[in-house]
Amino acid sequence: MRREGSPFRGLSTVFVKELADHLSSIRMLMLELLIVFTALAALYGAISSLRQNTAEDPFLLLRLFTIDKAPLPSFVAILGFLIPLMAIGLGFDAINSEHNRRTLSRILAQPIYRDALLMGKFLAALATIGISLAALWLLVIGLGLIFLGVPPGGEEIARSMVFLVVAIFYAGVWLSLAMLLSIVFRSPATAALVSLGIWLFLAVLWPMLAPALAQAIAPADPRYALLGLNDPATAIWTQELLRLSPNDLFGEAMLAVLSPTTRTLGPVFLDQLRGAVMGSPLPFGESVMIAWPQTVGLIAGTIVLFAFGYVLFQRQEVRA
Amino acid sequence: MRNQSTDSRGTAPDPVIAARGLTRRYGATAVVDGIDFDIARGEVFGLLGPNGAGKTTTILMMLGLTEISSGEVSVLGFNPAREPLKVKQRVGYLPDAVGFYDHLTAAENLAYTAKLMGLARAERARRIEAALARVGLAEVASKRVATFSRGMRQRLGLAEIIVKRAEIAILDEPTSGLDPQATQEFLGLIGELKAEGITVLLSSHMLDQVQRICDRVALFQGGRIVLMGAVPELAVKVLGAGFVVEVEADGLGIARRLAMIPGVTQVDTLGVDRFRMTAERDVRPDAARAVVTVGGDLRRLSIDEPSLEAIYARHFQIRPRGDVRHAA
Repeated sequence: MRREGSPFRGLSTVFVKELADHLSSIRMLMLELLIVFTALAALYGAISSLRQNTAEDPFLLLRLFTIDKAPLPSFVAILGFLIPLMAIGLGFDAINSEHNRRTLSRILAQPIYRDALLMGKFLAALATIGISLAALWLLVIGLGLIFLGVPPGGEEIARSMVFLVVAIFYAGVWLSLAMLLSIVFRSPATAALVSLGIWLFLAVLWPMLAPALAQAIAPADPRYALLGLNDPATAIWTQELLRLSPNDLFGEAMLAVLSPTTRTLGPVFLDQLRGAVMGSPLPFGESVMIAWPQTVGLIAGTIVLFAFGYVLFQRQEVRA
Repeated sequence: MRNQSTDSRGTAPDPVIAARGLTRRYGATAVVDGIDFDIARGEVFGLLGPNGAGKTTTILMMLGLTEISSGEVSVLGFNPAREPLKVKQRVGYLPDAVGFYDHLTAAENLAYTAKLMGLARAERARRIEAALARVGLAEVASKRVATFSRGMRQRLGLAEIIVKRAEIAILDEPTSGLDPQATQEFLGLIGELKAEGITVLLSSHMLDQVQRICDRVALFQGGRIVLMGAVPELAVKVLGAGFVVEVEADGLGIARRLAMIPGVTQVDTLGVDRFRMTAERDVRPDAARAVVTVGGDLRRLSIDEPSLEAIYARHFQIRPRGDVRHAA
């Protein structure tokens, strides 16, 4: 039998309240300051190196996102590292804090379903991240205008908009994970530690472990080693394993979209390059097609993790 | 909205809550084990019993906040498992140790739940102001809840029920952790709800407080209702008699005379001029008349009202083990 009434009743109320809470919280302010300052440092490095050779790059604005100047990584790499932190910071105490404050049963005694509470919290946190990223995006374009003095072209804007959308879904994966853990663990500290642990593992340890695992699964053929080449089987395994991490998916998608010369994200055989004009940029649509599987992977991850949390939350006991 | 409450199940608006064989199991343990009860419109009904006896679980099943393993419950004619929104629209709930968002003010906290109730802006402001004034929190309406005492939070929770204009108010352990004065004030507020015709269901383990305001009580133990009814009825059933009257008077043959009063089941002689009568009703007028008839001097006439605590103690003394189960 179906339950009566809409699961979305009260969704906008929860959304507005949670959004207001996030935007006015000190935690959010700290996260924003952290991201803005690191991003500014990366941008400064990029701008100073771009000013030295502004030769004939048709995608000058996009170079702002991707260029790195040692010791600083590029703007996109920094975001790939910090967006998860922001999402975890907004999601790790979403549900368990309601339990601990003993507000959960009072709120759920109002005429709404649990769906509205969970969805409202998720969308509010995602909107908060979206607002911050959009502000950051405008900052990059503004700084580009001021310091490089080149107006951005339509394609550059389109490509950087794709960056924004993919970044929001990347945040969605981590937000879903953090909220799932906030449902599983009654203590916010435990949920935060576990999410940060997973983040560190995937961001720092996994890129080192994946090649080692690939070696174990598909040992390199010594004939390739004699020729000084990588075994394609090992390389493919490495890449497939790396792609289990959302960080890698985000990185690959950004590479395809923000560096228009990127033709493929996997290993390339020489015959595949026959007829290609090396170094010439791909059209916008083609770049998006290259980034599409990675983007879908991020969206799917968001949905799957959210669905897990949803099922657990529906079955959870309300009483403290 | 109103005509929906008299649907298939509810031929009359009473009873407002009806439970039949209501059961909640966790694995093999039954936390609530096949309970039946009816609650009439406008009465104050007490769910009493030790912690872990199944009171809160029963309440959560009535609100559709936890699954019902078997049996059924109807609240205002609705099935809480299938139509929880209709039930929750009409029923106010004050959880055990209620919590609020500490960084919001009292009025903001109420505004959030009032929005979830679906009230329009103007209506919301009006109702919140009136409700806060009624529970005596009008002057702290714009203070953060973080500074509130336990008693104030409890009253704020009641204000939420008033804002909702609930037909049924369910209060879980409303007076636990309150100081005597706050308890008195809170019980007074519950009395006001009753006077307005709101049905009140409250759970408690503080028997003496509840006795004063409940029309009927249900005593829980191990997930079952072991006793149910009005306190004087239960006293007759469990203690054998409801009233204990002590008489201090002298005069010839008083004891025999007192024993002849209809309704008196027993007369004990405590001293030369002191007697204790056990009776099914308040026999003080008859006792006074009896003393006067034999020409004695009446010095004292006192009555012990039946106490729920005595009933409870006696009941579990009679059957202390056996059907005692441990709720998880």
